[in-house]
Amino acid sequence: MSQRIGRQSMFANIDWILVAIYFLLVFVGWINIYAATYTPTSESIFDLDRNSGRQFLWILISMGVALIIILIDAKVYTTFTWVFYGITTVLILLVIFVGTEVSGAKSWLGVGDLGIQPSEFAKITAAMALAKYAGESNRNVEQLRVQIISFILIFVPALIILMQNDTGSALVFVVFLFVLYREGMPGTILWIGLTLIVIFLLTLLFSHWHVIIAISVLTLFMWFFIRRYRKDVLKMVLISFMLSSFSFGVDYIFDNILQPHQKSRIEVLIGTETDLRGAGYNVNQSKIAIGSGGFFGKGFLKGTQTKYKFVPEQSTDFIFCTIGEEWGFLGSFLVIVLFLLLLIRIILLSERQRSRYSRIYGYGIAGVLFTHIAVNIGMTLGLMPVIGIPLPYISYGGSSLIAFTMMLFIFIKLDMNRQNIV
Amino acid sequence: MKKVYSARQNVIILMFLIVGILYVFRLFYIQVIDDSWEISSRKNALRNKVQYPSRGLVYDRFGELLVYNEATYDLMVIPNQVVEMDTMELASLLDLTLDEVREKLRRARAYSPFASSIFEKQISKETYGFIEEKLYKYPGFFVQARTLRYYPKPIAAHTLGYIGEVNDRILQEKPYYRMGDYIGVSGIEKSYENQLRGRKGVRVMMVDVHNREQGSFREGEFDTVAIPGINIWSSIDMKLQEYGEMLMKNKKGSIVAIEPKTGEVLCIVSSPSYDPNLMVGRNRSSNYLKLLRDSINKPLFNRALMATYPPGSTFKMANALIALQEGVIEPTTKFTCDHGFVFGNLRVGCHNHPSPTDVISSVQYSCNAYYCKVFRQIIDNRKKYKNTREAYNKWREYVLNMGFGVTYDTDLPYELRGNVPTAEYYDRYHGKNRWKSLSIISLAIGQGEMGTTPLQLANFAATIANKGYYVRPHVVKAIGCRDSLNRKYSEKVYTGIDAIHYESIIQGMVNAVTAGTAARSKIKNITSAGKTGTAQNPHGKDHALYIAFAPVEDPKIAISVVVENAGFGGVWAAPIASLMIEYYINRSVDWVDMENNIKNANLMNN
Ligand SMILES: [Zn+2]
Repeated sequence: MSQRIGRQSMFANIDWILVAIYFLLVFVGWINIYAATYTPTSESIFDLDRNSGRQFLWILISMGVALIIILIDAKVYTTFTWVFYGITTVLILLVIFVGTEVSGAKSWLGVGDLGIQPSEFAKITAAMALAKYAGESNRNVEQLRVQIISFILIFVPALIILMQNDTGSALVFVVFLFVLYREGMPGTILWIGLTLIVIFLLTLLFSHWHVIIAISVLTLFMWFFIRRYRKDVLKMVLISFMLSSFSFGVDYIFDNILQPHQKSRIEVLIGTETDLRGAGYNVNQSKIAIGSGGFFGKGFLKGTQTKYKFVPEQSTDFIFCTIGEEWGFLGSFLVIVLFLLLLIRIILLSERQRSRYSRIYGYGIAGVLFTHIAVNIGMTLGLMPVIGIPLPYISYGGSSLIAFTMMLFIFIKLDMNRQNIV
Repeated sequence: MKKVYSARQNVIILMFLIVGILYVFRLFYIQVIDDSWEISSRKNALRNKVQYPSRGLVYDRFGELLVYNEATYDLMVIPNQVVEMDTMELASLLDLTLDEVREKLRRARAYSPFASSIFEKQISKETYGFIEEKLYKYPGFFVQARTLRYYPKPIAAHTLGYIGEVNDRILQEKPYYRMGDYIGVSGIEKSYENQLRGRKGVRVMMVDVHNREQGSFREGEFDTVAIPGINIWSSIDMKLQEYGEMLMKNKKGSIVAIEPKTGEVLCIVSSPSYDPNLMVGRNRSSNYLKLLRDSINKPLFNRALMATYPPGSTFKMANALIALQEGVIEPTTKFTCDHGFVFGNLRVGCHNHPSPTDVISSVQYSCNAYYCKVFRQIIDNRKKYKNTREAYNKWREYVLNMGFGVTYDTDLPYELRGNVPTAEYYDRYHGKNRWKSLSIISLAIGQGEMGTTPLQLANFAATIANKGYYVRPHVVKAIGCRDSLNRKYSEKVYTGIDAIHYESIIQGMVNAVTAGTAARSKIKNITSAGKTGTAQNPHGKDHALYIAFAPVEDPKIAISVVVENAGFGGVWAAPIASLMIEYYINRSVDWVDMENNIKNANLMNN
């Protein structure tokens, strides 16, 4: 290793596996964006009037950005973390006042086609900020104070993004809890958080009475059959009472306090009220498209369900349908495997970091990527509510491609620098 | 503690793997195991058949039907499912030329080879019968049921509005709509679009090679039921509307009637108008163009909401009210009239009437001199305001509060605000602060730059009837079964003038009807309060105006009538208002001579 550093190669210590996965995913995205808008009389894949042509441009720009990130000294990222965090926070705040609205969410800054979506970049800086704060050598994430400040760092941008009505992007921030878990936050906080989220969703999907009955039955069941809970009757009653009142509170707030438009947004989100185009249109069409792909798929450019008007947002949020239809189970399977390799590789690399900053940052971006992938693909498969967040590296869109590229390459750069403690 | 938690990486990797495996299983299930998803393009095809809900009906305030739906059919095509066919026969079935058929196919293919688009819209029931039998010969074609709007009576075209096919801009902005959908373009159809339209459903159908529908794909898993639109109860009184339109036949102008207590609009007549049924069906676009090009009658122009006129003498009450509220006059304050108001070489004429007048008799006789003097008292009140500008701004604030120069945010689109000139306007005209009460004296009698819409005039009558407030005028009383009308249509908007000051104004308006300028408009058994006006018209004969409300003891209707180029308000506008009031309150008209007189009058060429 040390000899290689001596050679001063620009790409010394670079993790070529991550780079290769990155290029594969971007390529898969690009050709499927072309297929998604393909017509028999279609122009070239490079035509700038088409999404595929524009995406090609974004890919070139992203590669340039990646190269610059590799060239910059890794210390810049760690030293100026707070500056970057500050800039993106100001930008997402700015969006609330001067942003442009695209399909209900006010998350774009800029004019016409040249808009950027600062929330995409806020995810990177939130991961950096968390790494910076929790990664200080004297910080111990077991301490409540450190946990609380970490929460604040995460939830400030999340809250601002929520105010933009971009609920999908805001939800992504929840994933940072897993990062804190890795760093020593008690597992119970994570499980309590997850339990509350599940109860929250179940309450909205059904009603608080169903949830309260379920909680009571579960408590009784546990009391009866699990011996070690036998003694703690009072504690169990207390916990189930608290969970029940939480469920009741959620229902109450939903029915009596929220404005109709906020309600309908949540209803669309959890799928009790189907999407705005009417009647679960997106999800149904996407399931039909994927289902009709079969084992081998219909072949490149041969899909019929995913083209034109059948599945909306075809090249952005629903790009996975095109993969499913034209490349079948085989293609979809390979894409999922590629994503899993990417995520696991990031985790493994994070664990080999000597700097806590790099490790926390690595976990942070793995979490963000995982949420995007799981929610996006889950949505096209009808396993997740319709939340409009892009599929990393594959969906059409400049902001998201550049942001995800930056996210990954900052990590690659930090990893290249792993010999030095930053 | 450093490495203590590194085992937790396994929990996180495990979570990634579980989700990944879950998704792969799901994919394997829907793509490989469950073959009911498979659609081989050779054997069968999928067809998304949109289920169009019926649009909500519109009733009048007494439950009479104003708008309903009738079934029609669109012939749809999915270009890449079309096989070789007898184009000649298809053309003759549809009464088209071969070229037209080819062109329509080309356009459908250009829109999308895979999605359906309309091949021929609104085919008649008879044609539908023919085509249905022959459809098996034309794979890729199918018939989709739609509904069209119909109007039992050819009235209230501007208020009801019409629907039209969505354009590209709407398709971009509102994702609910797809090519070929209808959307409300004007009137109630536009402002209550979301309630009226209901929600489309869809049936995903399997179709075999013989173009036969094999039922829903996967037992209807993807089908959704269409939800019908919600019915709307309008506040319009259909009979009154019809009566008003009859009276206004062969006249240009408008009638607006409002129920003062609720702000519910009882009728909006804008004449000349058109039969709303012209905006429906296959001849819609040619009819529309014809109406649009009629530059003499401008039938599409909604005068009631969009035409502005100087309010003339109907505005005098506003000045009296402001003066009373400001305390610059008492109800008993008298001013003399020397056949007008003279100051230096400025002269505003007046007609013959007893002099001097107080508030009541000044309204009764519509004395110009009185109002010029009152207006000067308001604007030149140096005890309260340090200069003309400050006093003028205060005056203007009162006028806006009374509902002039503002829009009411009614539930009818395209409402204009008229004009109450700003101080800045006079600055530009006379030079900064180089204008005095005398320079703007025409405002005293509602002439000059003042511009008001007939809706504002009717609303002004309503504020007088209510002694100091109005409820935003609106044309819808109830939506569906629920009482879900926007709260702003029940709130009172106050004019800032105390109720007490309205007493003498109303007395003056009552006297005007019994023995004053509006004496031609007395109604048997109903006490009404009214005021005539004449709007100066630089382009021709003056416009006749009249505002009124009745019964005075318990006002049920406030009304404004504008008859363009009809001269003095008392001659044409006042009797029309009286007939309307009589008709609304008694549901019949006793005053048949006048009714015939007006019905037969043609003032179009005045
Ligand atoms: Zn006089």
